[in-house]
Amino acid sequence: MFDWKWDFTWEILPRLVYATGNTLIAAGAGYVIAVVLGLMLALAQRTPSRALTFTVREFVEFIRSTPLILQIFFVFYVGPQFGVRLSPWMSGMIAIGLHYACYLSEVYRGGIESVPKGQWEAAIALNMTTAQKYRRVIIPQAIPPALAGMGNYLVGIFKDTPMLSVIGVAELIHTANAIGSENYRFLEPYTMVGIIFLAISLPAAGLIRLFEGYVRRKLGL
Amino acid sequence: MLDKTGFPLEMTGEDTPMVSFRKVRKSYGALTVLDDLDLDVSAGEMVSIIGPSGSGKTTVLRMLMTLERINGGVIYVDGKPLSHMPKGGQLVPANERHLRSRRADIGMCFQHFNLFPHMTALENCMEGPVQVLGLSKAEARDRSEELLEMVGMISKKDQHPSRLSGGQQQRVAIARALAMRPKVMLFDEVTSALDPEVIGEVTNVIRQLVSEHNLTMLMVTHQMGFARDISDRVCFFYGGRIEEQGPPAELFGNPQRERTQQFLSAVREAV
Amino acid sequence: MGLYDFLAQYWPRLLSGAGITVAQFLLAAALGVAISLCMGLMKLSQNALLRGAAVTYIEIFRGTSLVVQLYWIFFVLPLFGLTIEKFTAGYLAVGMNIGAYGAELVRGGILSVPKGQWEAALAINMSPAQRMRRIILPQALVNMLPPWGNLMIELLKGTALVSLISVADLMFEARQINSSTFLSAQVFGAALLIYYVLARFLVTPFMRWLERHMARKLGRT
Repeated sequence: MFDWKWDFTWEILPRLVYATGNTLIAAGAGYVIAVVLGLMLALAQRTPSRALTFTVREFVEFIRSTPLILQIFFVFYVGPQFGVRLSPWMSGMIAIGLHYACYLSEVYRGGIESVPKGQWEAAIALNMTTAQKYRRVIIPQAIPPALAGMGNYLVGIFKDTPMLSVIGVAELIHTANAIGSENYRFLEPYTMVGIIFLAISLPAAGLIRLFEGYVRRKLGL
Repeated sequence: MLDKTGFPLEMTGEDTPMVSFRKVRKSYGALTVLDDLDLDVSAGEMVSIIGPSGSGKTTVLRMLMTLERINGGVIYVDGKPLSHMPKGGQLVPANERHLRSRRADIGMCFQHFNLFPHMTALENCMEGPVQVLGLSKAEARDRSEELLEMVGMISKKDQHPSRLSGGQQQRVAIARALAMRPKVMLFDEVTSALDPEVIGEVTNVIRQLVSEHNLTMLMVTHQMGFARDISDRVCFFYGGRIEEQGPPAELFGNPQRERTQQFLSAVREAV
Repeated sequence: MGLYDFLAQYWPRLLSGAGITVAQFLLAAALGVAISLCMGLMKLSQNALLRGAAVTYIEIFRGTSLVVQLYWIFFVLPLFGLTIEKFTAGYLAVGMNIGAYGAELVRGGILSVPKGQWEAALAINMSPAQRMRRIILPQALVNMLPPWGNLMIELLKGTALVSLISVADLMFEARQINSSTFLSAQVFGAALLIYYVLARFLVTPFMRWLERHMARKLGRT
């Protein structure tokens, strides 16, 4: 490329690698929140309470229909208005975890609904408690069909972490912005960030597919 | 004039068959489906192809419709090569352009009808004449309505396929194929996907075609009685070859080969 | 300040922001649909070169983040002498990104059309182009519309990122108002509501209508 400076690229690489670490931590922590919270949101929609089901359903719809970046701002700025100060990391994790929890709750719901009715009846016939039914019978069978969706959203959350830069989380794009404005050079930092994203998300997508196949085989499906 | 491998560039003369398979071979990998098939069908002849599944009988029709490429030999339609084209005195595998010009002579009806679901019965019939033959909409409509009338589907001409029964869909499919004015019609197990009580409405249309039109027809079927009634000739396929062929009365009445006898008695027991 | 008073004062700016958001959405949607069709067909092509180009495009745009793509188009392309005005850069990035996801939907839709339809079209001697245009695409379109509904919501949310390059959309106006008033709950809350209304009461009903309309054309009811 015409103006590509290799020495500058090498110079900024350590900072970008460090920021990649932050990006991965953000994606990982956000995903853990999403996996747990998403399960709660999914189970909340299966309780006998129609009011609770309806409320959770509408909440999930609302979160899924509105931009994550706006939700990040909302969480970050609204707290202080009421005297709660949240750090950028904290707000970012809440926003991104909640956003993806809503997506994952839909994935779980699909998984649970794919378990045949006969399995519920068999669990009742064994006189299991509700918790036992879910833990021992339903959820193990709901996971394989949900795996593809869960994998997609893991990569999805990773690709959405750059939005955290707007509230000052020092992930990849935030670092690239800083490097760019310090040196008045944007070509190398932004291109490198793009390459780093590709270098992580493409193999990750492949690995997830392999893992999916492994779990399916393991469960004899 | 002959190609250097011994195939004629063109077949001429009074008795040129309408369809001619010459040493046609078809294989999928190591599996040979058809082995050196030689089969001539005269103009206006109705030939039924019977045999156990996997004997290669459907493949014969699919190769003739150019849905399958062949691995050896040459197929001629109306004296001209279909699977190949002459180039510098030799026959070379046909390109898309040659296939398109030769395909115009052939029409086909499928086991699962394959009507276009986004078009009404009439639109299904008009699609080819308008898009491929370049007829005006009015001409194509007249032609299509006439054919739908013939197959007894004119009252349903504005229905989509999803609203029609299997037998009705198959009759529309026959009209659609005829609207292209082919010289050769292929029927690939056209009654196999139908409920027993509607098979008659489709076979009656084919009977009518045989008695009133001078079409050359090849039909793969499992209905032995029907094949016996309307065919000029029946070919029994076994293991990728024609095991036995002849007029229906002879083949069904006095089969010569042991495999033919076994197949026919097995079929009779099933009924 | 209550939400009502807040809206009474700031509605013109929020409205003009929403207008830009809608404009970005429509332009990006048009571009995204065109790219999807193009890349989806190319990925199914017999020609290895076309197929390779499509795979590269799809993997690059799906493997990196929309924020990265947006910055790259807006900050890096000018270095190659290709300066794009921010409004254009905005919908260009969003449309190109959505196009990569849409290409997979187009491809899946085409593959979902039964093989018999290709064969029947060939049996009435249609050319390959006629088969695709007259027989396969109309059916593929109906099959792929439901996932396009979700993609359109993702597209609407994606437009919020154009605020990062200072396109004065709804997200941008909300940030501006926030930084001058610190009425964070009101302004971000109002913006969330507007996005929700756009998604739930305009985009989704339109896509549902389109699905019903196309299904009727197929004679399915």
